[in-house]
Amino acid sequence: MNLEFTAEENAFRDEVRSFIENNYPQNIERAAVQDDMSPEDMTAWHKILGEKGWSVPAWPEQYGGTGWTPTQRYIWSEENARVNAVMPLPFGVAMVGPVIYTFGNEEQKAKHLPGIRSGDVWWCQGYSEPGAGSDLASLKTTAVRDGDDYILNGQKTWTTLAQHADWGFFLCRTDPDAPKPQQGISFILVDMNTPGIEVRPIKLIDGGYEVNEVWLTDVRVPAENLIGEENKGWTYAKFLLAHERSGIAGVARSKRGVEQLKEIAQHEMLDGEPLLQDMGFATKVSQLEIDLAALEITELRTLAGEQAGKGPGPESSLLKVKGTEIQQRLTELTLEAVGYYGTPDFRSFPADGSNDFPIGPDYAHSAAPTYFNMRKTSIYGGSNEIQRNIITKMVLGL
Amino acid sequence: MDFNFSDEQNMVRDGISRLVREQYDWDTRRAVISSESGWRPEFWAQLAELGMLAAPFSEEDGGFGGGAVETMLIMEEFGKGLVVEPFIPSVVCAGGFLKHAGTAAQKEEYLSAIIAGEKVFAFAYAEPQGRYDLANLTTTAKKDGDGFSLNGQKAVVIGAPWASHFVVTARTSGGQSDVGGVSVFIVAKDAEGVSLRDYATVDGRRASEVYFENVAVSADALIGELDNGLPLIETVVDEATAAVCAEATGAMQVTHAMTLEYAKQRKQFGVPISSFQVLQHRMVDMFMEYEQSISMSYLATIKLDEDEAERKHAVSSAKVRIGQSARFVGQSAVQTHGGMGVTDETAVGSYFKRLSIIESEFGSVDHHMRRHIKLTAAA
Ligand SMILES: Cc1cc2nc3c(=O)[nH]c(=O)nc-3n(C[C@H](O)[C@H](O)[C@H](O)COP(=O)(O)OP(=O)(O)OC[C@H]3O[C@@H](n4cnc5c(N)ncnc54)[C@H](O)[C@@H]3O)c2cc1C
Ligand SMILES: Cc1cc2nc3c(=O)[nH]c(=O)nc-3n(C[C@H](O)[C@H](O)[C@H](O)COP(=O)(O)OP(=O)(O)OC[C@H]3O[C@@H](n4cnc5c(N)ncnc54)[C@H](O)[C@@H]3O)c2cc1C
Repeated sequence: MNLEFTAEENAFRDEVRSFIENNYPQNIERAAVQDDMSPEDMTAWHKILGEKGWSVPAWPEQYGGTGWTPTQRYIWSEENARVNAVMPLPFGVAMVGPVIYTFGNEEQKAKHLPGIRSGDVWWCQGYSEPGAGSDLASLKTTAVRDGDDYILNGQKTWTTLAQHADWGFFLCRTDPDAPKPQQGISFILVDMNTPGIEVRPIKLIDGGYEVNEVWLTDVRVPAENLIGEENKGWTYAKFLLAHERSGIAGVARSKRGVEQLKEIAQHEMLDGEPLLQDMGFATKVSQLEIDLAALEITELRTLAGEQAGKGPGPESSLLKVKGTEIQQRLTELTLEAVGYYGTPDFRSFPADGSNDFPIGPDYAHSAAPTYFNMRKTSIYGGSNEIQRNIITKMVLGL
Repeated sequence: MDFNFSDEQNMVRDGISRLVREQYDWDTRRAVISSESGWRPEFWAQLAELGMLAAPFSEEDGGFGGGAVETMLIMEEFGKGLVVEPFIPSVVCAGGFLKHAGTAAQKEEYLSAIIAGEKVFAFAYAEPQGRYDLANLTTTAKKDGDGFSLNGQKAVVIGAPWASHFVVTARTSGGQSDVGGVSVFIVAKDAEGVSLRDYATVDGRRASEVYFENVAVSADALIGELDNGLPLIETVVDEATAAVCAEATGAMQVTHAMTLEYAKQRKQFGVPISSFQVLQHRMVDMFMEYEQSISMSYLATIKLDEDEAERKHAVSSAKVRIGQSARFVGQSAVQTHGGMGVTDETAVGSYFKRLSIIESEFGSVDHHMRRHIKLTAAA
């Protein structure tokens, strides 16, 4: 048993830290909500990392991965969180990329992997539908073979950042008569500029736009965009979801968030003392830190298991549930900490080009919208109820 | 023991309930909060016409002989409809100050106008540094001839953009957080030296930062005793806290009902999601939370006229319980709605946002827990 990093790992941390210091674009700060950033800002760091060869650290080396150990990848994410870096979006890097290099053919790999690595191609995930959320396998969007093409019809929803996407990966029904709904689904790559695709943004409760409805009307997609075999899409989709879940724990970012919360609570005064000295409030902050420590060690144990050759299993559900609960509590406490100034709607101030919020402390303006927005984390990526169902079945064997 | 309402009170409840149902449907509210002004003066006029703005006042004050219970009934219905119009600032707060401490002349000039809906007040008490401490004031009112000169800034003054007047708390002597030395004034919004920065709030209302720069305030604008305003402020803020607790129960009731409704009709895995026991139990917990909240709202309302310690104890108990319930009910409702719960267009998101802000209105759970602890230790 040893929690210390090795000398090599510490040297790696130094290398990473200085690379970030020297290369992270100074002007790019993470906005409270994603849609408040320009698409260019969202991909700027990705592009720099692409040039360095660090944009897809977890991929096999033959596809441009770094060959880092899970621990090194962990250090990497910690160092990025320290500066609140805007990381590559997961849709290409963490989701469709691994599906393509694992199940795709050589043409597909050659065509799509470089754009994912470089950050030049923006991907979105077309899984969910209005009637198929938790029960993803009930999806209805159809893909009907017509010569060398598939013709897609249906409606996807909750498609994150599809408004900027160049490509999407869609689950479509190719065999409506399959004995089980899971058996008639295919995994198809779709150029988002194809005629017949309409993307309609959905406004969320924080006032921002990060998800969309995607309407598909007679969308003609070359059959060569099918991944793997027809009707085997569910296998690839499940493979991908396991990848989606790892990393969703967000330990490094939450650690940074706790530091920010403590700064706020040092600044906010209560009876002439910093709020952080109030036993009531301080207890909640400490509780959060303790729970975060438990999550961090749990994640490190999972990493160690992976390092020893075990793939991400159902324990990723535990990381997702606990990680998102912590993220949500963090935003609750931040809203509590800012007091009255959580109430103004900063979006109601006319944009004057500057980031100055005209009233209240700067750290307060995003507290409520972030709290509202982060309710999504226990819903998306398989809701926390669904994760618990997975643990029930896969871990407890009930 | 009697938890029944009088015939008059039932009339108030039925009247306001019908009005909110008929005049405050969801689409109307959405249109109102995104309109230029953010409220409906004509709805306010209707409230006045129906006597709702008079409901909490005694007959000698020009009201209908009601009190805190009437306010509770009205606010519960407002909570059900997420009504944004400024009943608490104008009627409960400003009306409360005048009711408790207004001179005959002040009541004549202001209270009757509030009841008639002709004047609308906002309550400018919070300050950027003050957190929930009502005595922590840097706004000053200095003696100036016969009157006072007012200087300072008030934070997040709810309803200020709609107001014609403010009730303003200010320091007339003593140090920044001293119990003594606090006074209360009426200031017209168009007085020389008053300026506002208006904005929307995250829960669909309007508010302002209000700045006072050498505002001349006449001696007869003082409400209550000079330098001894804090007990009066605490009384009125407790009444407002009870009112916002009642609003929360109304909002929770509707939030719960719409969640049940949604869970019964939303199907996943071929069955209504209401058939999953984990969701059933969560909806049961929501139900228990709001039932407990209704009880605490009653307790706070009933105890408003008791002695100071008992009143504060009850109000803080209620605000703690209801703040916690508001969070649980709001979050659970969103979670049960899945992705629909986090969209702007569904009602549940708006109820969640209002409940989230109510958590800290007139003092957060922590603030009232501290007050409860101090009162318990002192008893
Ligand atoms: C911000 C955001 C971004 C998203 N991004 C994407 C994206 O990019 N691509 C994409 O394809 N999808 C995306 N999603 C969709 C997301 O995956 C779904 O919202 C999620 O799977 C839940 O489905 P639903 O919203 O239909 O809720 P429902 O499935 O209707 O669930 C409603 C409630 O019922 C519960 N429930 C359902 N089934 C069970 C059960 N068996 N047992 C117990 N409880 C149950 C749920 O946990 C939830 O609380 C996103 C969603 C959000 C909110
Ligand atoms: C101190 C004590 C005094 C008692 N006194 C008396 C007495 O005087 N007379 C008498 O007749 N009995 C008495 N009982 C018995 C008591 O009523 C039973 O213990 C009780 O009904 C639970 O039954 P069980 O112990 O068989 O647990 P089980 O019924 O086996 O339940 C085990 C667990 O499963 C849960 N569970 C069961 N069904 C469901 C469901 N449908 N959904 C979700 N969860 C479920 C239960 O909640 C419990 O957590 C007493 C019990 C105790 C502990």
